[in-house]
Amino acid sequence: MKFQIPIGPQHPALKEPISLRMTVEGEVIRDADIRLGYNHRGLEKLAEQKTWIQNIYLTERICGICSHSHTTCYVQGVEKLMELEPPKRGLYIRTLVAELERIHSHLLWLGVAGHEAGFDSFFMYTWRDREIVMDILEIITGNRVHYGINTIGGVRRDLDEQQVKRILDSLDILRQRSEYYKHLGTNEPSFVARLAGVGYLSREDAIALCAVGPTLRASGVAMDVRKDDPYAVYDEVPFEVCTADTCDVLGRTVVRIKELFQCYNIIEFLLKNLPAGPVAVRAPRRAKPNEVVSRYEAPRGENIHYIKSNGTDKPERLKVRAPTLGNYAATIQMLKNGFIADVPLIFAAIDPCICCAERAVSLVDARTGQEKIISLNSLKSLSLKLSAGNKRKREAEWPL
Amino acid sequence: MLTKLTHWSRLKSPWILHLNTGACNACDIEVVAALTPRFDVERFGILLKATPRHADVIICTGPATRQMKDRLIRIYEQTPDPKFVIAVGACAMSGCVYRGAYNVIGGIDQVIPVDVYVPGCPVRPDAVIDGVVKLLNKLKG
Ligand code: SF4
Repeated sequence: MKFQIPIGPQHPALKEPISLRMTVEGEVIRDADIRLGYNHRGLEKLAEQKTWIQNIYLTERICGICSHSHTTCYVQGVEKLMELEPPKRGLYIRTLVAELERIHSHLLWLGVAGHEAGFDSFFMYTWRDREIVMDILEIITGNRVHYGINTIGGVRRDLDEQQVKRILDSLDILRQRSEYYKHLGTNEPSFVARLAGVGYLSREDAIALCAVGPTLRASGVAMDVRKDDPYAVYDEVPFEVCTADTCDVLGRTVVRIKELFQCYNIIEFLLKNLPAGPVAVRAPRRAKPNEVVSRYEAPRGENIHYIKSNGTDKPERLKVRAPTLGNYAATIQMLKNGFIADVPLIFAAIDPCICCAERAVSLVDARTGQEKIISLNSLKSLSLKLSAGNKRKREAEWPL
Repeated sequence: MLTKLTHWSRLKSPWILHLNTGACNACDIEVVAALTPRFDVERFGILLKATPRHADVIICTGPATRQMKDRLIRIYEQTPDPKFVIAVGACAMSGCVYRGAYNVIGGIDQVIPVDVYVPGCPVRPDAVIDGVVKLLNKLKG
């Protein structure tokens, strides 16, 4: 006997509006379907009406947790379009904020994972320590969440000696605390038992379904844009790509904890080797007609922005592919044959950021998880074929 | 006597429902951060609830998107009386940067009545606490 269970858009297990339809047999999930659109705001269209500079603040508000990822990705693309070379110091500060953001995001995720596993004191601990990072970010940029530090051609604020010292001091505390999490996350028997084996995603599936970020790395694939296609100053910074081979939620936890330590090392390196000089160069108001793809390793995985300019002071097209979107197909695979009680945990394990992902039309076959990429012409003919017998617009019902 | 008691308990332990109606997540994590040890609103008896049927106060973040509009109304109707709505963040007040986007209606007050507005993009957790306390003071008076 098969049942369909709808979860969301407002549901205790979900923090953001999304709707899951699950077909279950008893306790076991046989099929899952993800429905989006509750958080869609029409950002890409909005971006076409705003100037290059205004768009920095718009892209920042794509997502509140990886706000720096989106602006950096966008700004890097625009700098390429305008043929600007930001000064070294500016790039160092940009990378510094990026790594701090990764720490805050991973700590946040650890807390959420603890919460979903029923380990609420872990949640409170990590969120308490996260405040240390938030304080650092506030000192550097003046804001806790939307830093607004990127600008086209560099960053907007400089660091001084005192701030550097303060950050290094806080790093020590964070290191100590992370040691404790590492111990807890890998040794606490009930926590490990809850996470191990849940949400299995094999290495082959992870590659075939285009998973990104920690989800992919926890399946044993060492892929990281920072290493594979270094942007900013990552070609100068020594760090390792962290992987795990358990392919489950435990692996994803371990990868993130390991990455925390890498972040601390990167930050220490950046602060100790901070070059002198200006932090930004002047940017022109217009960009020549061109197009560019910019890649960035956000805390959740690879973030891609496609920007097209047409010679004016506004972009002609901005396309955002956020990491969460890349992980949806894999999530369906992970949910299949799992238990209903594991849904929040599995879903939380990709660190979903729904507001990031709410903007694409990609053809994902929910049943096989296959993504189809087709040319514009065949898409047109397909849509004509599908809509041939449809009612006229005025009479049609809203499909959702 | 009984009304006095309910009034007192309402003031001492408002339960809140956190609802994201299309926010960018920043306001949401700041609302959650208000629950964690640094800010700890639980010492005021404020508890985050997962379902609208248990809640007294709805904390809305984000602009109302067209897709979310009907759900927002439904959730508002599911909340038992007396209910209060706090609009958290510039988005919930007016639409913030998303104003003018095709899928955004505007502030929360375009859809349901709002009692308290908390400005900021994103709001600080302190501001969220301040907003809740202002609401409680309003109830007292
Ligand atoms: S007010 Fe600002 S931070 Fe809050 S949801 Fe809106 S855009 Fe995000």
